[in-house]
Amino acid sequence: MSDTTTGRREPTLPDGWELVCGLEVHVELSTATKLFCGCPNEFGAEPNTNVCPTCLGLPGSLPVMNGAAVTSAMRLGRALDCRVQPSVMARKNYFYPDMPKDFQTSQYDQPTNEDGHLDLPDGTTIRVERAHIEEDTGKSTHVGGDGRITSAEYSLIDYNRAGVPLLEIVSHPDIRTAEEAKAYVAELRGIVLALDVSDARMEEGSMRVDANVSVRPVGSDELRTRCEIKNINSLSSLGRAIVHEANRHVDLWTTGERPLQETRHWDEEAGRTRSGRSKEDAEDYRYFPEPDLTPLQPSEVDLEAVDASIPELPAQTRARLADVAGVTPPEVGLIVDRGQASFALDAIDSGADAGRVLVHLTNNLADGVGEMSSSAFAGLVAMEVGGELSSTQTKEVLADMVATGRDAPVVAAEKGFEAMDTSELEGLLDGLIADHPGEWERFSTGDEGDAKKMAGFFTGQIMKATRGQADGKVVAQLLNSRK
Amino acid sequence: MSDSPAAPAAFGTAVEIASAVKAGERSALGVLEEHLGRIGAHESSVHAFNAVIEDEARSRAMEIDDAIASGAEVGALAGVPVAIKDNMCTRGVPTTCSSRILDGWKPPYDATVVTRLREAGAIVVGKTNLDEFAMGSSTENSAFGPTHNPWDLTRVPGGSSGGSAAAVAAGFSPISLGSDTGGSIRQPASLCGVVGVKPTYGAVSRYGLIAFGSSLDQIGPFTTDVHDAAVIMDTIGGHDPLDSTSATDGHGSLESVLSDGVDGLRVGLITEMTGGAIDGIAPDVLARVRAAAEALAAAGATVGEVSVPSSVYGLSAYYMVAPAEASSNLARFDGVRYGLRVDGSNTAAMHTATRTEGFGDEVKRRIMLGTYALSAGYRDAYYGSAQKVRTLIIEDFDRAYADFDVLLSPASPTTAFEMGAKTADPLAMYLNDVCTIPSNLSGQPAMSVPFGTGDDGLPIGVQVLAPLMGEPVMFRVAAALEAAQRLEDGESR
Ligand SMILES: [Zn+2]
Repeated sequence: MSDTTTGRREPTLPDGWELVCGLEVHVELSTATKLFCGCPNEFGAEPNTNVCPTCLGLPGSLPVMNGAAVTSAMRLGRALDCRVQPSVMARKNYFYPDMPKDFQTSQYDQPTNEDGHLDLPDGTTIRVERAHIEEDTGKSTHVGGDGRITSAEYSLIDYNRAGVPLLEIVSHPDIRTAEEAKAYVAELRGIVLALDVSDARMEEGSMRVDANVSVRPVGSDELRTRCEIKNINSLSSLGRAIVHEANRHVDLWTTGERPLQETRHWDEEAGRTRSGRSKEDAEDYRYFPEPDLTPLQPSEVDLEAVDASIPELPAQTRARLADVAGVTPPEVGLIVDRGQASFALDAIDSGADAGRVLVHLTNNLADGVGEMSSSAFAGLVAMEVGGELSSTQTKEVLADMVATGRDAPVVAAEKGFEAMDTSELEGLLDGLIADHPGEWERFSTGDEGDAKKMAGFFTGQIMKATRGQADGKVVAQLLNSRK
Repeated sequence: MSDSPAAPAAFGTAVEIASAVKAGERSALGVLEEHLGRIGAHESSVHAFNAVIEDEARSRAMEIDDAIASGAEVGALAGVPVAIKDNMCTRGVPTTCSSRILDGWKPPYDATVVTRLREAGAIVVGKTNLDEFAMGSSTENSAFGPTHNPWDLTRVPGGSSGGSAAAVAAGFSPISLGSDTGGSIRQPASLCGVVGVKPTYGAVSRYGLIAFGSSLDQIGPFTTDVHDAAVIMDTIGGHDPLDSTSATDGHGSLESVLSDGVDGLRVGLITEMTGGAIDGIAPDVLARVRAAAEALAAAGATVGEVSVPSSVYGLSAYYMVAPAEASSNLARFDGVRYGLRVDGSNTAAMHTATRTEGFGDEVKRRIMLGTYALSAGYRDAYYGSAQKVRTLIIEDFDRAYADFDVLLSPASPTTAFEMGAKTADPLAMYLNDVCTIPSNLSGQPAMSVPFGTGDDGLPIGVQVLAPLMGEPVMFRVAAALEAAQRLEDGESR
């Protein structure tokens, strides 16, 4: 996960070859209602309960555009620095049982958003061709056979998802490594979450990624035959699918063959892509403007309202947090991705040591901060830095605070983590020196290696005697002061 | 025609019925039974309906009567029977589009127009026959058999809303609703001698209308007089949040402008449709359109001629746009969720088997035409060019309306033709809509007003066209034509 935010490049292909990849990302908008009707837009309801004549495509029904979906689309467009423009809905005609009207209402040659870009945390710019509005389909379950439509005995269709608003964000083929692809999706997800237009969960399908993959010799600017990879369900699958597919292309080109332009499906278990529909028998979608909807004409006022509603985006958040913490933006990528930036900033603002704040958030708070407030967290960090708690104790107190929301001193006291009196430690050390004079001699006058070894010995003895409650740093100071 | 079942407003107009019912002079149930009686006597020869819902209608009529008895408020159409074209959704009542593919489907909701009629106190008596999915001009392309013209049962009622036009002409109901994509209200209104209105695109909600050509479809009324048409328009029109193409700024009440007259209005005869570039307009039809212009001049309007040059390309453009949209709109009839399903070895085979058996030839023809018009490599040349023609037509109309308040033309090139006469020749059938299609392409309102008869004694309608949201001026002209015709007939109602 961390490599997606640092954008660290790993070799994707054999020497001399370069990946050419563009991504099509579908994001389900979390509007209250569907794109063209008043049915609830929710995940996980009883099949075919969130339906009405319009989203079932019943004869005579008509669509009415959901203004909130259009606003969400325009907000993402602005966040991706797209040209946000007047647009027209179109019909994409093809027969499919999941699609109640046997056409999908989508934007075609006049999308809401065009010509933007997304900058990866490492500074790489990926151009965004378009981000357009379209409706989702229903969902089939194929019963019997091998679970695919071709061999099923029958199929059950749930139309709850039919008509749910989607944004399709199409990048230019500017992506050169699998890591960049993952970083692109992670960054896009961060922006979507910051805008609060979708929950963008790849596992639940509210964010879906198709990858267009081709390869070319390094130094060439040609675009060779590409394959579209579907059925990618996680960021790590995305990386594996691209690496696999690109290497398959290299193998074909280097053995004198060539890839076919086709849709391929990622098989997670087998770790390979499988041939799907060939583009040779690709359908003619017979696009034409949707006559049941009027063109969308955002006014200047609309656009100003959209601009005013854009919150701080992840790149800005990273820069701000990194600046405050005195680190580089990629180092706070994970914290920003997890939505913990404002918590971190608040804690630092309350006086907590920035370095410890970042360490705890990155390593110990991956599952969230739970009930803990940023000021309580700042209090804990202060106790840790002040030597009142050892790092082991700090972690234990932290876990309790996340679960209960209590303050650090309360938890520490309850656990008996009293700050150890230095005089107590001195007494302990006096006893140890008396019991182990040879070892003390080696610590005091021996060479560097000996001193280090013996420091470890005495520290270990003290820890044993205090059952780990002593602060390592305090013990080290004590040993050196008595040298 | 004394032996024909034609009897428009056999038991009064909608306005007359509602007024009598509200006054307690007639009961809603009594009015309903009178109409059900006519349906019982003549429906077997006319076949206006796919379904008559007697029981539901009776209980609704009794509710209205109870409400009136208890002094409760009832709407403008209290106790008025209405027939609904069978491509508009009616909750719990089969809605078929006269197609086998919707076999067994009952909508779980009412179209907005149906809701508004019910709220106004109207009573739905049945669902009327149409050309399958509203594709046709004779109501012969129905999976349930053709509808006959009440004035002459050997003739077609026009289409695609032939059932709704015939129901009103036969006195089965004083009013009905149709839908008009290329003339499907105005042409049958003309052939059946009733008033038929195609409103401005967006003036009436399409929610619940099973789409044919979404950018062209509009719902409108069939009535026996202009006053009823205005009342129905006032009832069903206005913004509907469920239809994104529904206009937020409407045209206001039409009933209130009917007596405003036409003094000083500028009326333009469309050159291309009155002896100009468009062939095939029958001389007796042309004569009635000219007579209409003269009648308006006599009523104080100034009359001139105006060219709408691109209107001659309307038919060609329409047969790209409408099938293109239809090919997409009708994709959902795939056997998966509702209606007919014919099993196949896999999903694609099931789709194919279902659609092969479920759709009739004309529907298949248009799906193929539309699929082709939108296909890669052809879309710009076909669908794209057709959309450009649309723009040209709008510009031409705009120029015409700079000099004229309304335009006049025939609604149909001929009076009702013999059944079967054009079924083997789709192009001849398509030409029926040559005068009506431009208004659908431009989105502008137009209506057919009965104005005498042809050499064969069958009804002729004059088409009044107006600019966007120009219904008020269009209705003033329609009212003047109706008054002139009554004078000519020596009637005084
Ligand atoms: Zn719905």
